[in-house]
Parts: sequence; C-alpha cells; structure tokens
Amino acid sequence: MVRAARHQAAARALIMLRVEVSKQLGELAIEAAFESAGLVTGLFGASGAGKTSLINMIAGLSRPDRGIIAIDGEVLDDTKGRVHVPAHRRRIGYVFQDMRLFPHLDVRQNLDYGRRMNRLTEDPAQRARVTELLDIGHLLDRRPGRLSGGERQRVALGRALLARPRLLLLDEPLGSLDEDRKAEILPYLRRLRDEAMIPMVYVSHDADEMRQLATQVVVLRRGRVNAFGGAEVLPAAL
Amino acid sequence: MFEITPTEWTAIALSLRVATVATLVATPIGIALAWLLARREFWGKSALDAAIHLPLVLPPVVTGYLLLLTFGRRGLIGGWLADHLGIVFAFRWTGAALACGVMSFPLLVRPIRLSIEAVDRRLEQAAETLGAEPWRVFATITLPLALPGVLAGMVLGFAKAIGEFGATITFVSNIPGETQTISSAIYSLIQTPDGDTAALRLVSVSVVMAMAALVGSEWFARRATKRLHGH
Repeated sequence: MVRAARHQAAARALIMLRVEVSKQLGELAIEAAFESAGLVTGLFGASGAGKTSLINMIAGLSRPDRGIIAIDGEVLDDTKGRVHVPAHRRRIGYVFQDMRLFPHLDVRQNLDYGRRMNRLTEDPAQRARVTELLDIGHLLDRRPGRLSGGERQRVALGRALLARPRLLLLDEPLGSLDEDRKAEILPYLRRLRDEAMIPMVYVSHDADEMRQLATQVVVLRRGRVNAFGGAEVLPAAL
Repeated sequence: MFEITPTEWTAIALSLRVATVATLVATPIGIALAWLLARREFWGKSALDAAIHLPLVLPPVVTGYLLLLTFGRRGLIGGWLADHLGIVFAFRWTGAALACGVMSFPLLVRPIRLSIEAVDRRLEQAAETLGAEPWRVFATITLPLALPGVLAGMVLGFAKAIGEFGATITFVSNIPGETQTISSAIYSLIQTPDGDTAALRLVSVSVVMAMAALVGSEWFARRATKRLHGH
C-alpha cells in the first residue's frame, strides 16, 4: 500500500520548490526568487550568473544572507525564523560538475554510500534498476581513477539517485565533457527524467540542453531572475 | 662485544613499550586536535597551536620539570589522579610514556594536520549531500583519505618517543627496569668507566630501530597512497 502510494506520488513527480534568497558573494549580489513545480526546473544563465551559488544554497551547503528555501511547504532555510536544515538532513541529491566520486572507494561502494549514510534498507531491485538505467553494471569493481569522464558522470548520477533523494540537483553535469561524451550522457538524463521521475533542478548555460530536458526554466542574470517560464524564455537557437 | 646483556634488553624492551604506549595514546588525541586545527576556526586557535608546538622549542628539561610540577605526586593533576584513580606517573614507566608522548606530540600532529588539510573539502560536501552527519563524513571520507599522513605522524612520533631523553630523565629519573630507556641507559653507561662497549651496543640498536622506523614509514605511506588511488 505504502509502496503504491509512493509510486503514485513519484508518478506525479511534482514538488513545489520555493526559493527566495539573497546573498552577497564578493562582487555578485544574488537576489533570486522563484517558485517552481516542474519535473525538471532549468536554471539557465551565463557563467558567473550565480547558478551554482543558488543550488549550493538549495542543497544546504551554504546559507543565504536573507530569505527562505522550502520544498513542499517544508522550510529548509528561513533566516528570519533562524531555520537552517543541514545538508545531510535535506535528502536533496547533488550531482556536481566535477563529479566528486570518493577516490578511496570502488564504484560499488560509491553507489552504496548514500544508502548507508541514510540508514536505508538494501533495495537490490532499485540498485539493479539504476545500474541498468545508467549502464554502469560492468564498472562496479573499479576505482573512480580508472573511469572515463562519461563513466564517472554516470556513476555520480547513480550515487545521488541511490540515496533516494526527494529532489536532485544537477550542476552542469555535461559541462566538463566534450561533445561526444555529452551526446553519451544526454539520453541517460532524459531516461532519468522520464523513467525515474525524480524532480530535478538542472543547471546549465547551454540553451540546447535546456530545451531537451527542462520543463520549466528560470533565467538568471547577474544573480537575479531575468525570466521564468517554459522553453520559450530561452534565447532562440541560431 | 655483540652479546646484549639482560639489563640492556630490559632498557630496549622498556623503550619499545614506552614509545608504543605513548604513540597509541597520543594518536587519537593528535587526530582530534589536527582536525580542529585544519578544519575549524575558533577563539584561541593560535594559542592551541602554539601550546602543541611548545615541547619542540622548550628545553626538554623545562618540559620535564613542568610535567613533574603538574603530574608529580603532589602536582595539581598528578595528585588528583593518584588519589582518585590510582594512576601514578612520577618515577614510573607510565610517566616516561607521558613525557615521551608530550615531547613527540608536535611531530605526530603536524603530518596529520597537513594531510587533513590536503583532503578535498568538496568530497566532504558531496558526502554531506548524501546524508552523512559530520562525524561520519570524518570517519568515512576525511580520515581514510588522510591515512598516509596519520601513519607518517605515528612513525615520526614513535621515533621521537623512543629517543626522548631530557624530559624523561627529569620527570621520572633513570631507574633501571622502571624508567631507564635506551637513551638514559646510554647516558649512564657513558658516565661509567668501561661502559663504552655496552654504550656502543645500545647505540647500534637505536640506529637500527630508527632506520627501521623510517623505512617502515616510507613503505606504509607508499602502500596507503597506492590503496587510496587504486592503481
């Protein structure tokens, strides 16, 4: 029963993400406010627009100077109410641009890390699903040092997914890859969106990627929300 | 000439015991302080840092005397420990271990601190987003990645502890079978007429032990680095 209910909730895969923050970072003043209920919320903007700083705040890795961050009505940050839920209790997955796989653990241990830390029961079916979805079953015994860039990115995705987050943050997951590798990963991301049904915040400066993945787009410019809406708010393809 | 006498064996065994106990007790404390110094900002941090390094720059006889004042039978801490827990340091081998632990502490802490500082904080953040509380981030990410430095610190501390002389002899004197380590045995032998050959034997023993420690640490560090990076 519970399982069925969870599946249904996942099928909707809509969560309400509310962000209303300001933070001064050197020269850059972030003043961003948006509410999104899309399956994939795209954060679009040039480098230096404050995209990473913004999702670091959503993840709980840094604190806003002022403002509120809430998911489905649960307040994660509220500077007025002095609320700050630490990152490890947010259940928000994060796929970093530089992947950050643990070098002393093999792929299997990397994938299992989130489950262990959250003290979740083993779920071989889910593990099989994720390794199959990302096509990383043959890499399990390797150390990250022996993976290609694309493989590392897939393992990083799998690691975040297997912690069973309620929201997944992806920070330019294709940013450090060349064109061929991008083409390699993009289908996995689409499958992730369509099959795993996990709500995501997808950060990129590439309008093309955004069009392929995002269901809603927040355009950031110098720390401020410049536009919000569907793919039409993206700059036209040349 | 090459026959090691029972008295000399006692000194060697005692040195090993003192240095081992000193290193094993000092290591967890050293790791905790190294982590504090590497990862936290707090009031009095530079004072703590200076206090840890103090034994390195103070004359050992001063450190030994300060230990005698605080951990001696009538010392502030020593008196309390003796009355309440029955732990006595003065003129016991445990006191020698304490003196060696204090004297080797700066050498133990430094490599550990440097290796913790070298651990990529971005990996620790990744662990946080995967649900790891701070102590588990430390136990599963920081400490394993800092392991080569921890081992290096332990070996360095051990080598220093085994050779410590000034603070030990000041604090716990030079009692054969109780507090007479290799160093203090050599010191006594040199002052005895005809003690030269015996002194030379112990000198060779300490050279061999020091060499073994250095080679061993190099080997450990290389192995640990290899294991970490999986090549």
